[in-house]
Amino acid sequence: MPTPTAGPAGAFASKLYVPTGSSRPGETPDFSALKLVSETGSFQPATDCEAGDTVPLARGLVRVLDDQGEAGGPWQPELSDEQLLQGLRHMLHVRAYDDRMFRMQRQGQLSFYIKSTGEEAVAVAQGMALRGGDMLFPAYRQQGLLFVRGRDVVDMMCHCISNARDNCKGRQMPVFYTWKDGNFFSISGNLATQYSQAVGWAMASAYKGEDHIATTWVGDGSTAEADVHNAMLFAATYRAPVILNIVNNQWAISTPQAFAATGTTFAARALGYNIPGIRVDGNDFLAVYAVTEWAALRARQGLGPTVIELLTYRVAGHSTSDNPDAYRAQGEGDAWPLGDPVTRLKQHLIGRGVWSEQQQQELEAELKQSITDAWKQALSHGSLEDGPHWPVATMFDDVFQHMPAHLLRQRQQLEDET
Amino acid sequence: MSMVQAINSALDCTMAADPTVLVMGQDVGFFGGVFRCTEGLYDKYGPHRALDTPITEGGIVAAAIGMGVNGLRPVVEMQFADYIYPAIDQIISELARLRHRSGGEYFAPVTIRAPCGGGIRGGQTHSQSPEGIFTHVCGLKTVMPSSPYDAKGLLISAIEDDDPVMFFEPKRIYNGPFHGHDNNGGSGSWSEHPLGQVPAGHYRIPLGKAATIRAGSQVTVLAYGTMVHVAAAAIRASGIDAELLDLRSLLPLDIEAVAESVQKTGRCVIIHEATRTSGYGAELVAEVQENCFWQLRAPIERVTGWDTPYPHAFEWEYFPSQRRIIEALQRTLAYH
Repeated sequence: MPTPTAGPAGAFASKLYVPTGSSRPGETPDFSALKLVSETGSFQPATDCEAGDTVPLARGLVRVLDDQGEAGGPWQPELSDEQLLQGLRHMLHVRAYDDRMFRMQRQGQLSFYIKSTGEEAVAVAQGMALRGGDMLFPAYRQQGLLFVRGRDVVDMMCHCISNARDNCKGRQMPVFYTWKDGNFFSISGNLATQYSQAVGWAMASAYKGEDHIATTWVGDGSTAEADVHNAMLFAATYRAPVILNIVNNQWAISTPQAFAATGTTFAARALGYNIPGIRVDGNDFLAVYAVTEWAALRARQGLGPTVIELLTYRVAGHSTSDNPDAYRAQGEGDAWPLGDPVTRLKQHLIGRGVWSEQQQQELEAELKQSITDAWKQALSHGSLEDGPHWPVATMFDDVFQHMPAHLLRQRQQLEDET
Repeated sequence: MSMVQAINSALDCTMAADPTVLVMGQDVGFFGGVFRCTEGLYDKYGPHRALDTPITEGGIVAAAIGMGVNGLRPVVEMQFADYIYPAIDQIISELARLRHRSGGEYFAPVTIRAPCGGGIRGGQTHSQSPEGIFTHVCGLKTVMPSSPYDAKGLLISAIEDDDPVMFFEPKRIYNGPFHGHDNNGGSGSWSEHPLGQVPAGHYRIPLGKAATIRAGSQVTVLAYGTMVHVAAAAIRASGIDAELLDLRSLLPLDIEAVAESVQKTGRCVIIHEATRTSGYGAELVAEVQENCFWQLRAPIERVTGWDTPYPHAFEWEYFPSQRRIIEALQRTLAYH
């Protein structure tokens, strides 16, 4: 085959378009293609609206906090000072946890870690807008949900280092949490698979006549997976009580969101399935909370699913195995027009007169200390390299409910060999 | 009952006893299924429990997993085993692994029914036998009945099992046993066959237990699905005193029954419709070789589909025939 060259000039020559990123190393970041719309253009529809009513919301952007941290517009949630301060605390807690775990990976004490820096408002505000009986089907960057639901941080760390207290019994890579008591589904490495499972869970909830809803998350890149189509189709067909979130953090490892977005918004995808779609400022705690609360109410009223696109930015590398400087400009996050979710909520709370820079610093110090203490406690239950781990024979448990003969034989063989 | 009626009866029995059981898949609801296996369930149990779905195998299995996690017991129908592949990620990466990866906190008791096998002029995409793909996946049970009686008892066991089960139904024997090469109709009706006598009520056949179809002393024949009947006919025609085992469950495998038989006969012929290389027969060869090495008096033979896609025009050259089975039996016995 000859080397492909540009086609002949002419009106009918096809062209292969290849998208590119908001920046590449050495370039100046350019987010002008994002179609940010000011908050004044947004409105809040009734929960029994038609999908078509949400067209401006799917193509625009719901915001509550402006760039000065002032709340305004039709989406202001009824949140008390205490709830907002709790939200700030959860986000700072996640950030302190991420920072510590990232450093521990760099020291060789974890095999792997994934931070959610810059995306804390997504999981924290959404988690707070849901009820405890609602089922969470997260991807791997919604650790904030666990903080909202009150999971023991020591347990999370024990999972990440696969020690004797890891509830996944040393079987999963770090960050693939499972927590049944918190209605937090088992995280899988296979992208988007949980998205369509969440719809099935919601269908079962409706089948049983319960008012628990399911919520699930997928990244911008993973929207390309067939499971996302399957989820939207099933959610729409059966009007399942589910919230389908798309966390658009601009990057799928090194791949710009444009490879999946195709020049439209992700929220707009919902419209083709006749599902209301809302695009929200993912770094605006109040807006994320309000939109989620609206979608949850809609689902609980039996009105069906909602797709929420959360526009945010992945500040950190994809994982501890990734170097973002190889594919995007250094410090691209500084140019992100929606800022930082923690800073924006802090600014708002200071503006409300219920918070101060000094209190912020004290809280950050307190959480840093508590994470340090938790890490020491976690290590007291065993480290990845030195254990203690679960007994190796437990590797054969839980493949099936009851261990069949061939696994009993293999377990015996392993015990004989070691 | 025919196998179709027996499967229908198994679904009816379990749905009547347990409101968490539902059937779902393409055309299974209002229409009753393209093979009629879910006929009448829509009228009896309603559209929620005989649930028609969009045409997306991955979506169907994913939804079933979510339902299973939320306390239901879905019985999924894949219209043809040839069309499972869009659901492979959900089956292998999710359904099979969920209990293990979550430390036992979550599981999904999903049964996946899939009409399989050839002999019906189904060509490439209505004839496949993909069971070997699934026996290779840890966390799945894989079952294939060969009669109405077994189909009902095994399907009830599968539905009531808390582990995921791949339940392959040989569509060639849905309406009657089949003895091999036969372009013109079947080889009789289930109403004339002892295993076509099916109790109306609830009963189980345990997963992981083989059945001895014919006792014999000269050679052990291992088969499942349609090939049980082809093998039985071939054995009759050959005059060889072969012992025929219907494995019924491929995983877990009843290795004790297999080993006991081969240790007695010293010879083994394995028969399946699926293609040869890395097919389930290879696993059987290895198990027999490990368990019966000192008793074996001849190399283990395999009679299988060829390593080609399933053809349309050359169906009877592809499908393992009585002739090929008899020749394999004779080759095996020729060793001294």
